[in-house]
Amino acid sequence: MLTLTCPCCGIRAEETELHPGGEAHLVRIGPEGDDAAFESYLFARRNVKGVHFERWRHAYGCGKWFLAARCTATLQVFGTYSAQTTHPPAEIVDAIRAARPDWTPDWTSDWTTP
Amino acid sequence: MADTQDLTPLALITPVTGFGMITIRADLDRAGEALAEGAGLALPDRTGLTTDGSRMLAWMSPDELLLVLPLAERNEALHALTQALMGEHGLAVDVSDARAVFDVTGPRAADVIAKLAPVDAAMLPEGHLRRTRLAQTAAAIWRIPGGFRVTGFRSTADYLQLILTNAALPGSGLAPR
Amino acid sequence: MTHTPPFRLSMQGRRIDRAYPQAFRFDGRHLRGVQGDSLASALLANGQMLMGRSFKYHRPRGPLASGAEEPNALFGLGQGGRFEPNQRATTTALVPGMILRSQNCWPSLDSDIGAINGALSPVLPAGFYYKTFIHPRPFWKHLFEPIIRRSAGLGAAPTDPDPDRYEQAYGFADTVVVGGGIAGLTAAREAAKAGGTVLVLEQDSHWGGRTPTDHAGGQAAIDALLADLRARDTVTLRRATMATGLYDHGYLIAREALADHDPNLGLPRQRLWRIRAGHVIAATGALERPLAFACNDVPGVMLASAVRDFIADYGVAPGRRIVVVTTNDDAYRTALAARAAGLDVPVIVDARPVADGALPQAARAAGITVLTGAGIAKVTGGKHVEAVILCDQSGEGRPLQTIACDVVAMSGGWSPVVHLYSHCGGKLLWDEAQSMFRPDPDRPPLGADGKGNVTATGAANGDLRCAGALERPEGATLPVWVMPARAPYKLRAKMWLDFQNDVKVTDVELAAREGYASVEHTKRYTTLGMATDQGKLSNINGLAVLSKALNQPIQATGTTTFRPPYTPLTLATIAAEAKGDAFQPLRKTPMHGWHQAQGASFEPVGLWRRPYAYPRGAEDRHAAVTREILAVRGGVGTLDASTLGKILVKGPDAGRFLDMLYTNMMSTLPVGKCRYGLMCSENGFLMDDGVVARLSDDSWLCHTTTGGADRIHGHMEDWLQCEWGDWKVWTANLTEQYAQIAVAGPKARAALERLPGTIDLSPGALPFMAWTGGEIAGIPARVFRISFSGELSFEVAVPASRGLELWDRLHATGQDLGITPYGTEAMHVMRAEKGFIMIGDETDGTVIPQDLGLDWAISKKKADYIGKRAQARSHMTDPERWKLVGLESLSGKVLPDGAYAVAPGHNPNGQRHTQGRVTSSYHSPVLDRPVAMGLVRRGPDRMGEVLDFPMPSGEVMQARIVDPVFYDSEGSRLNG
Repeated sequence: MLTLTCPCCGIRAEETELHPGGEAHLVRIGPEGDDAAFESYLFARRNVKGVHFERWRHAYGCGKWFLAARCTATLQVFGTYSAQTTHPPAEIVDAIRAARPDWTPDWTSDWTTP
Repeated sequence: MADTQDLTPLALITPVTGFGMITIRADLDRAGEALAEGAGLALPDRTGLTTDGSRMLAWMSPDELLLVLPLAERNEALHALTQALMGEHGLAVDVSDARAVFDVTGPRAADVIAKLAPVDAAMLPEGHLRRTRLAQTAAAIWRIPGGFRVTGFRSTADYLQLILTNAALPGSGLAPR
Repeated sequence: MTHTPPFRLSMQGRRIDRAYPQAFRFDGRHLRGVQGDSLASALLANGQMLMGRSFKYHRPRGPLASGAEEPNALFGLGQGGRFEPNQRATTTALVPGMILRSQNCWPSLDSDIGAINGALSPVLPAGFYYKTFIHPRPFWKHLFEPIIRRSAGLGAAPTDPDPDRYEQAYGFADTVVVGGGIAGLTAAREAAKAGGTVLVLEQDSHWGGRTPTDHAGGQAAIDALLADLRARDTVTLRRATMATGLYDHGYLIAREALADHDPNLGLPRQRLWRIRAGHVIAATGALERPLAFACNDVPGVMLASAVRDFIADYGVAPGRRIVVVTTNDDAYRTALAARAAGLDVPVIVDARPVADGALPQAARAAGITVLTGAGIAKVTGGKHVEAVILCDQSGEGRPLQTIACDVVAMSGGWSPVVHLYSHCGGKLLWDEAQSMFRPDPDRPPLGADGKGNVTATGAANGDLRCAGALERPEGATLPVWVMPARAPYKLRAKMWLDFQNDVKVTDVELAAREGYASVEHTKRYTTLGMATDQGKLSNINGLAVLSKALNQPIQATGTTTFRPPYTPLTLATIAAEAKGDAFQPLRKTPMHGWHQAQGASFEPVGLWRRPYAYPRGAEDRHAAVTREILAVRGGVGTLDASTLGKILVKGPDAGRFLDMLYTNMMSTLPVGKCRYGLMCSENGFLMDDGVVARLSDDSWLCHTTTGGADRIHGHMEDWLQCEWGDWKVWTANLTEQYAQIAVAGPKARAALERLPGTIDLSPGALPFMAWTGGEIAGIPARVFRISFSGELSFEVAVPASRGLELWDRLHATGQDLGITPYGTEAMHVMRAEKGFIMIGDETDGTVIPQDLGLDWAISKKKADYIGKRAQARSHMTDPERWKLVGLESLSGKVLPDGAYAVAPGHNPNGQRHTQGRVTSSYHSPVLDRPVAMGLVRRGPDRMGEVLDFPMPSGEVMQARIVDPVFYDSEGSRLNG
C-alpha cells in the first residue's frame, strides 16, 4: 500500500486516504476533435513499466487533486506536484533522472509546453 | 488474570453539541487577513489551527478554512465573514448542521484514535488539524486538553460513536503486554 | 489424585509451570497439561504422538517441528462460533478446558478409512487428478469434482458466527525489528542507539528465540539485552505478535494475540497491526530442514531442534530412545539435551565423513556413539517409530544394522527465514558454502525513496552462529538432499518432502521428467509447498531434488515466490471492527428515528437507509406501498428526501462551469427558478440527474441523486482543479446541512399552509419550477416547487437539526388531510407512472440522454459540455440504439424487471437475439394495471408493436410499445 505526500497540504497520506485518478497530463479533446484524437483521449492509456505520471486525490484529506511521478516496477516515488501543470516540473524531471539516468522525457507533440 | 482486569474504558467518548461551523473558501493569500479579522482569530498555517479557547479557525485545504465557534455566535460570524469577502471571490457557508462532534478524552485517548485512523495519533501535535478517516468514514481530528476532538458527518454520528466506543473497550490498550 | 502424564519430565521445561495443571479434551478424551504448554507439548506429555493425517494419503502423522513451520499437527479447536480449523498445535498455547478435535480422518484419527489412499499411492502419483479426470468432460463437473471436493479440504469451516472481537491498530516506527531473538534484540539496541523509534516484534510469547534453549548463559544474555531495551523510551517491545507480511512502502502487517482461546478475558482476541516502518530489520531466524530418507514421515521422526525444544522448553520427552541423524554439528545439542534429561541416545548418525567439532566431541565424551559417513536407509513402524535401519550415506541403502528407538531426531541443516525479505521484491542468493538461500544485500526490497528498506540480520541473513560469545566453533554442514545418496526408486518413493500434501522425492522427479522445468510449475503440478505450512520445511529440499533431476545447479532452479502471509491470518482480524452494526457506516437522516418508530421497512441506498414503505398493522410491504401511493395521489404525502445531494456552486464562473457540467444551459436560469439537469461522463453516458436552483446571481444549488452526492462533488472538484484551474468557482457539499421533505399531492399546499410562515405558496407567487425562501413554522426554509410524482409538490429544505421538528409539525397539523408518510417504493412507482427516469434503473453506464428521449434537456446552442463530443460518435447517433418507451403488458401481469425482448434468430452462441429490455416495472394502483418502461431498439418509432419476453419458466409474456407517460400525460395534476 503506497504512501504519497500531498503537495497541497504536505500530509504523507497512505493509499486508503487517497483516490486514484489514472494517467496524468491527458489533454482534453472537445467537440472539435476528430475521432482518432478523441478515441485516444478517452481510451488510450500508457501501460508503462517504469516511470509513470498519475493523478491522485487526497480524498480523505484536503480534497485536492495532485500528480505523482513514480516507478510502476519498484514503486519508487520521484515526487508529487500540482495538478495544474501540463507536464512534470523541472524538479520532478531532475529527481527522475537522478534515479533513472536512462529515462528521457517524452512530452513532445501531444503534450503542450507552457 | 480476570480479577486484575481493568474495567475503565481507554477513553471517554462524549458527543458534543452546540458548535457552529462555517466553511470558508477563498484565495487565502488575498483574503486571508480579512477573513482572520472576520473570524476574530489569526490565520492558521498549513494544516494548523488557531484558537482562543472558544473559537477555532482551522486550515482545511489551500483554499478552505473551517471556523468552529459557539452556536450562538454563528449568524454574526457568518455575517462578518461575508463582509470580509465583499469584493472577493469567496464563499462562507453554514455547515453547523452537517457535522457530528465527539470528544475522546482520557490518558489513553490516543490508543482509540490509533485503532481507527491511519495516523500516528500519539505524535499528532497540538495546534494541528488532521483530516483523515476513522475506519470507513471521513473525519477531522485535533487535540484538545485531555485528548482529542473528532468531527465527522452528522449522518454517521451513530457509526462514529459505535466505533469509538468499541475501540475504547476496557483492557484493550495498545501498551505492550 | 494427580498423576504426572507419562512423558512429562521431572526436570527442565523453562516455559512451563508444573504447579498449574490444565485439563483439556482431545477427541473426547480427558487429558492434562500444565501452564505454559503448547498443545503439541501437552499431547506429547500424554504419549499422544499421533496428531494428524496427511492430506492425500491419510498417512498417520506426528509433530515434526515445535514452531510455525509445523505441517502435521493441526487441529480443530473450540466449539460453535469459536470453532477454528487447522490450528497449529506447536504454536497454540494450552488453555484450561480447551477442546481439540483431530481432522482429515474418519471415523477416527487412529483408524482412518482414507488411509486406503496410502495403499493406492503407487497409482496416485503427482498430477494424478489432472491426468485422470479430464475426460469425458461432463464427468468432471457432475461426477469427479463433487467427489474430489468432498474428500479434499483440510478441516471444517465453523458453522456459527465468530462471537469474539477483533481489532486493528495503526503503528509507526522508524525501525521495526522483526524477531526477538538474540540477533533481533542486538539489532534493536544498535538501532535505538543510532536514534529514532524502534519497534520489536516477536511471534512467540517468550523473548530470545533459540538462544536460551541452545546456549548455556543464553537466557542471561537475552535478559541483559531486554533490560537495556526496556530502559529506552524510544523502544517498544511487543511479543506474541507475528509479522505476517511486508508490502509496499514499508507497510508491515502483524497479528498480535491478545486473548486467543480465552474468551473470558472479554478482550479483543487478536489485533491486526498496520505498521508503517521506515526501515525493517528482518531477524526472523532460520528453520531446520528435514532429511529425505525412506519413511521419514512416520510419527516419531522429528526435527532435531524440535526434540530438544520439547525437552528443554516444555519438559516433555517425545520418546525414551532417541536416534539423532544429522548433517551438521547443531543436532548434537539434541543428543546432549536428551542425555541430560535422562533419555537414551543409542546413536548419532552423521552423514559427514568426519565430525570432530566441539559438539561432537562433547557427545562422544558423554558416551554417545557417533557413526560418521552413515545414514538412515529406512524407518520402521506404522503409527510410531519402532526402529531405524542404518546404511552408508554414500551407498544405495544396504542395511548395516537396525537400532530400536521411538524417536528419530533429524537435521538437514538450516534455512534462513527469508519470507519478509522476499515479500516485497527482495532477491536471494545461493550460498554454496552453507548450502542455503539467503538475502542478497545488493538487491533488497525498495521503499518509496528507491532505497533498500529491509536489512536481514542474524540467522535470517545466513549467520547461523549469531549468538556471539556464546557460540562454540562448529564444523560445516554437508548438503544432503537424499539419504542415502544413491537410494533406489523404492526408497525414494517413501521419502517425504512435503508432509502435509504428501509430495515425495519421486513425485518431484516425475514432474521434472514430464517437463516441468520451472520451479513454479513443479510446485503447482506436485502441490509441493502448497499446504497450509506453505513449504516452510519442503521448499529447499524440494528444489534441490528438482535441480538434481534437471541436472542443474540449485541457483539456476531458484525458489518459488514467497508470498504473505507468513502464517495464516484469520479473516476476522482483517474485518476487525467492521462487523455487526459497524460493518459499514450506516448513514441516517435527521428523521431516521421517526421512521424507525413508525415501523418503516428500510432499504439501503448507497450507505443510507431510506424507508421503503411504512407498513401499518398487518399490512405487508406491497399493501403499504399501494396505500401510500393512493394517499399521495388523492391527498398528501411526505417523503424524506434529505439524502439527495445538495452542492452549492458559487462564483463569477459558476454559470459557465455548470454549462460544461450539465447537458443543458444552467447559466441562463433566472434567480428564483429551478431546472432539471442531466450530467454525463466524458464518455457521453448519463451519470446523474437532479434539479438545479439558482440561488443568487453567482450561486447555484445542484441537487444530485442520493448515491451521487459525494461522487458528483468529486467530479466537480476534479474538473475545477485539474482542467479549469483558473475558473473562479467554489463548491461546497451541503448535503448533510439540510433536511429535505417532499410534500406531494393535491392537498400539499393546504398541508404546508397549515403551518405559520412567511412564504407565499400560492401558484402565482411560487409557480412550478420556482423556489423561494423564508420561514415555515419558525424554521428557516427553502421551498422548491418541483415534482417527481407528477402531483402538486413542494420540497422543503430546512437545517438538518430542525428537520424532525418540521416533519412532526406537518404530520400533527395535516392529520385531517390524511397526510401520509411515503417511502421510496411509492416514489418509484409514481415516477414510473409518469415516465420519469431513474438513474440506475433506466441507466446502466451505457445509456446516453438521447436514448431516454431527453433531447429536450440537451442544449443545442452550447459549443461544448462534458460528454458532447462522445455523443457525436457514430455508435451514439446510430438510429438502431435501444431507446426508452413504455411497455404495456398484454396479460395484465407485471413484467419482470430486467426481462429481455427477443428478436428473430440466434447469435453465434445459440442464444436468442434481443431487441430490448425492461428497466422499470410496477403495478400502478391508480391505474390498476401494470406500468413498465424499457429500452427497445428504435423503440419510439415502433409504437403499437408487440414484443415477446420469454420467461425462465418457458412462458412468453407479451407487451405493447406505448408512450412512457402512463398517468396524467397532460400534466394537469402538477397544479393540484
